[in-house]
Formats: sequence, C-alpha cells, structure tokens
Amino acid sequence: MTQTQEHSPTISQSEGRTLESGEREYMLDVRTTDLEVNMGPQHPATHGVMRILVRADGELTTGAQPHLGYLHRCAEKIGENVEWLQYLPYTDRYDYLAAMNNNLSYSLAVERLMGIEIPRRAMMIRTICAELNRIGSHLIAFGTYGLDIGAFTPFLYMFREREWMMALFEKICGARLTYSYIRIGGVFNDAPPGWLSEVERFCDTFDEKWQEYVDLLMVNHIFVKRTADIGVIPKEMAIDFGLTGPMLRGSGIDWDLRRDMPYELYDEIWKSGCFEIPLGTGERGTLGDCWDRVYVRVMEMRESIKIVRWCLANIEPGPVIADIPKTLKIPPGECYVGIENPRGELGHYVVSDGGKVATRVRVRAPSFVNLAVLEAIMPGTLLADAIAIIGSTDIVIGETDR
Amino acid sequence: MFSLAFAPLDAVRTAAAQVQGSQINDFLGEVKPDFVPGWAVPLTAAAIAVGIAMAIVSLIAMIGTWLERKVSGHIQCRYGPMRVGWHGWLQPLVDGIKLLLKEDMIPKGADRVLFVLAPAIVLASVMAAMVAFPLGPGFYFADINLGIFFILAMTSTTTIGVVMAGWSSNSKWSLYGAMREAAQVVAYEIPLGISLLVPIMVAGTFNLIEASNGQGGGLGIFNWYIWPWVNPFMLPAFLLFFVAILAETKRAPFDLPEAESELVAGFLTEYSGIRWSFFFMEEYAAMFLYCVVGSFFFFGGFESPLTSIARTTDVNVLIQVAAATTIILKGFAGLFLMMWLRWTLPRVRIDQVMTMGYKYLTPLALACVFGAALFEAFLAPVLPWRS
Repeated sequence: MTQTQEHSPTISQSEGRTLESGEREYMLDVRTTDLEVNMGPQHPATHGVMRILVRADGELTTGAQPHLGYLHRCAEKIGENVEWLQYLPYTDRYDYLAAMNNNLSYSLAVERLMGIEIPRRAMMIRTICAELNRIGSHLIAFGTYGLDIGAFTPFLYMFREREWMMALFEKICGARLTYSYIRIGGVFNDAPPGWLSEVERFCDTFDEKWQEYVDLLMVNHIFVKRTADIGVIPKEMAIDFGLTGPMLRGSGIDWDLRRDMPYELYDEIWKSGCFEIPLGTGERGTLGDCWDRVYVRVMEMRESIKIVRWCLANIEPGPVIADIPKTLKIPPGECYVGIENPRGELGHYVVSDGGKVATRVRVRAPSFVNLAVLEAIMPGTLLADAIAIIGSTDIVIGETDR
Repeated sequence: MFSLAFAPLDAVRTAAAQVQGSQINDFLGEVKPDFVPGWAVPLTAAAIAVGIAMAIVSLIAMIGTWLERKVSGHIQCRYGPMRVGWHGWLQPLVDGIKLLLKEDMIPKGADRVLFVLAPAIVLASVMAAMVAFPLGPGFYFADINLGIFFILAMTSTTTIGVVMAGWSSNSKWSLYGAMREAAQVVAYEIPLGISLLVPIMVAGTFNLIEASNGQGGGLGIFNWYIWPWVNPFMLPAFLLFFVAILAETKRAPFDLPEAESELVAGFLTEYSGIRWSFFFMEEYAAMFLYCVVGSFFFFGGFESPLTSIARTTDVNVLIQVAAATTIILKGFAGLFLMMWLRWTLPRVRIDQVMTMGYKYLTPLALACVFGAALFEAFLAPVLPWRS
C-alpha cells in the first residue's frame, strides 16, 4: 500500500524515565501514518466529477481538500463571445437540475439592463416553472442524500415524482433537462391547453407523496442517527463562508432572496402570506447539522407547492413575451441580479458596451461557494460522515466548474 | 462454542468421519464392484457430496439474485428483469454466462496468489458449510452431531477470504472494506453464537435434524421453539440472532464492507467477472444457510402442517419431499425478509455497528441465555406441555 510518508518510531535514552523499581520506562511513539485517499473523480458519492483528497487515519478523516475543474466548460468566456440570446442555452448547463432557475437569473439580469417591462402572465408562468424546478432539484438532493446514507429505495420514489415534473416541462417546452424556456423578455411560448390543470393535479399528488418521504426517510431512526450532530456549521461560520440557500438556512439564518431582495412577483406572493421560509431548528441534534440542511430542503418543497398554487389561482390570460427584437443591442451599462436558486444565490453580473455581445458575463454560483465549507467541517469526522457531509452540501459539479 | 480458532480443523475431522457413515457411502459400498479398493468408496462419496453441495450453492445463488432483483424491483415500483424467460427467471443464467465470458482481470500491483485464492476460499467455506445442511430427515450428506457448530465455524472462515481479497487488491477502498469486515464479523460472531445457545439448550442438541424432531407435533406449528409457551426467551433470542446474521452476511443495514456509496464497492472493488460472482454466490448461499439454521432452531425445521399431513400417509418419499419443501420455503422466507430490510433501511455507521454489537447485542444475548437457562431448569419441568 502506498502511504503518504514513512514514519519510523524512534527511541532515545534521554526520553525515558526511571521507575521506583529502578527499571527504565520509555514512551514509544506508535502513531500510524495517515492514508491519502482520492475520493473521486469517479466515486459514487461525489455527485459528479469532483475529486476530494481525503486524509484518513483509519476510519477517521483528518483532512479533506476538494479539487475542482473536471467539468470546466468556459461558460463565462463563451458569454463574452456569443449574442445575448445565444448565451441562454449555456446557462442551462451550470446547474442542470434547476435549468429553469438558471434561465431566469440570466434573463432577469439582461432585462434589468435593458429596462423592459415583462407581461404579467409571463412572470406567473416563470414562477410556476422555477418553483416546480426547485421541487425537482430538491427531490434529487434528498433522494441522492438517502442514497449516500445507504437507502436506495426512496431515491427511486423521488424519481417517480420528478419524472412527472419533467413530463410537465416537456409538454410546455419540449425539453426535459435543458429547457431554455424562460427567455429574455418573457417565456418562449404560452402553456399548452390543460397544462395548468395538470400542474394542479401534480400539486395535489405531491402533497401526499411528500408525507410519504418524510415518514420513510426524514424521520427514519437510522437516518437521524447518521445525520444529526454531523457536519455542524455554526451561524458565524455559515456567514463567514458566504453560504446561501438551504446551507445557510439550515444553520438557522433567516435569509431568502425571494423575500429579502424580491424579484418578479415574489414580493406580491410573500405579502399575500401564502408561503414561509423554513429554517433549521436543530430539533434532532445541533443547529446547522446535516439533518437540518436536509430538513430545510424537504420543507421548501412544500412551500414551493404553495407558491405554485398561488400562481395557478391568480394567473390571467395575456401575452407571454415582451416585444423585443431578435438581435438585441443593449445600451451600455452593468447589472447584477441574484435569485434564490434551489442551491442558493445564483447571480449574473452582466456588462454591456452597447454591442450585440456582452463585455463580461460573471456567474456567482452557489455550489461553488458552498463547497468551500467542506474543508472546514470534514476533518475529524468518520469516513461515512464525510460522505454524509458532501451529500448535505448538495453541490452540482456543472455549477461549481461552469 | 467460542474458541472458533481451531474449530474448522475439528469440524473437518468430524465431517470426514460423518461422510464415511453417510447414505451415499453406504449405497456406493453396496454397488461397488470387487476390483475397486475399499478406500475409494468414502473418497467417491465425498466427491459426490461436494458436487451436490456445489450445485446447491450455485442454484441458491441463482434463485437468490433473481429474487433480489424482483423484490427490489417491486419495492421500488418497477418490475425488475422481465425479458429473459417468464418474468426474467433465466436472467441469472444469462448473467452467469456474461460473467464467465468477461475478461479475467488482476490489477497491477496486486498480490496475485492471494487475489486468486480469496474468492476460492470464500466459496469453499460456504460449500463446506452446505454439507451439514439436511434437506430432509433422512436426506442429507452428513448428519453431523455438532451440525450447527460446523456451519458456524465454516461460514466464519469466509472472513479470511474477504480480508485476503481486500489486502491483495492493492486498493485503498478494498483495504477499508476488509478491515470493516474483520471488525464487524468478530463483533457479531459472539452474539450470534450466544443467541443460538438458547434453542440449543431447549433442544438439548447441536444436531439440526434432532432439533427439528424436537419440534414435532402440535399440528406442525405449535411446538416450534419460537413460541413463548415453549420458552419466553426464545423470541428475543431470535431477534438478536437475526440482527447478528444480517451483520454476519454483510447485508443492509450492515453492508459496511461493501458500502457502495462510501467505499465504491469495498473489498469487491477490484474484482470482476467470475471471481466477483464467487463472492456473490457466497453471499446468497450464506444468507440462505443462516436462514435455514434459524428455521431449524426457531421455526420448526422440517415441521409444518404440510409435513404433518405427509406423515399421515406413511410414505417415506412423500415425507422427505414435504420436509425438503418446508425447509426450502422457510429458508427463502428468511431470505425475503433480509431483502425487504435491505431495500428499506439506510446504512448504519461503523462505530454504531461496533457499539451495537459489543454494548447491546452481546450482553442481551447473555441475559437471554441466563433467563432461558433458569426457565429450563425450574419452570419447564413443571409445565405440562413441556414434559
């Protein structure tokens, strides 16, 4: 076996001490060397091509260092070379589990730079799609987390509901994963007939299934034992590392961009009082542990359903896209818009010099920022806990590397 | 019971002696032509017994893999294999062909001898244990006096193979898997053996067939040892036994040596093709064997209403077939339970496994033995249905 360094115990006369009986007693250093294990790039628990260099003393993790870049596709640089609208499909590819939200973030940034008005129906459909996609993304996060802990079956149950969600998206835009449906100025097309009522049926079914997941996995004794008190991120640490999304709220910090920096219709929805911001409570262990982060995600799914229901109740007929030219020419300026993605704050900073292409497109990716905390919380845990911690950060490698 | 270190040797000696007295041996002795020397008879008998044991192990593994896929499929709202044969029942056969035809790979830097030897040891140990598994009251390879002892000793030899596999693979994941296996099996061997002492005490024998005979009558159900009126400590002892066999066979929630999401595939990481399938055959055969042991000592063994009905006919063949059907069905019922648990529960952590084994299961098993012994000594003689 290859080990990191040779460690030979040494002993010298001066280190010993004399016992009362006259014998000499020596302290022998019997430390073993740490084992360096490459977790990834191909490993079932790293959720993609990420490599974590783990230093392990037996089962105990003494250090962890994430290595990134295996999925780097120069997304930001491409943004400086293609037209405004052409860049939209590239946004799908950061966080491929929540492509609608990515589209929304980019579109909002460009729209704010252009200063155009979006039709109300378009905003409604955008909100429905973004929230449905949040549910789908959280289903994957929760399901794969169960998989990391060793429960295979709930994962497939969650894929069943996600499948329906994807079928809904397929009906509205033709794609199942990379939608490019939310466009600059609105959405690509209106919802097909009967789509909104099917969304309503989905909401009804999902409420039942949600309870099933909670019973099956969330409050499962082994699951709680494996996740409570593991990977605790205190409030201060969460702020210091710039965490956002469920990672931040799992530590009990009440910060959600949908309420605190509202975009689209969220101000109106929040004021109607139809949804809440779930926070980690530490009810099963310590505040900010893995269980709390998963708890926040699970509760958020339910809140998303409430938002979708509000939109379904208030949607009215009308145009779904603003009148904009095919080739955009945007007046010089710069703009940053951050939205609440399933994984945290996804921000687009776009700069225009008045031409057909952007001067700069910068993406603030939540997975990338959230990943940094791994190095701080993983040492000192067991190897199995390290997997649980990686799972609870819910990173998407497409987004960390872009 | 507890000094398992020398147990395999003793057990082999016992088994060898038993083969000489087996039915196959007697039959061969009768039909032996004069020119065949006398010593060839026990050797041939042993070879035939090994062949049958191998066939049984493969068959159980095949049915086991098929069952696992179907059970997991139906639990997960899917069908499992459906293409090859009716409901995919030929799937294991096709998989077997695939595994045989796969490239035989030994990783660079591996300890070749140990790497090749490990799956053989693993499979051999479980096949040897199979010898002590009687299919009917008069239908067995070797009616070993210490049958249960032999099975425990032989199946625990598997660990050596697994540790060898983990060490020789030259992979850190494999090494982790092997260390976990060693720690886990050592921890759970103790409660497994101790919890089995409870029915052994009631039955007064280590022999599987005798234990089964002790549970006869009562319509084939009501004299099973598991019932509280036989001995109230039997049910807790069985629960301890069941948890211990889950850990012993590396099944979820104790599948830490494999731990797919943590250790890639644990000690199996570097194995492929037919060598890999040897480990799987061992796993299913061992699961089945432990379930069978459980049914012999807790759930009546050959005794069931079916066997009781067959007994009334007084036809020996019918009785044997009914007994074989009963024990195989009971074995697969246990197998199904283990699969059900696997596809429902998350995995526990290594320290939790150790804590559970040493701090809870072992003392509880000892308490069970103590209670059962008191019950047997003072209450059982005065109970009318026990005398």
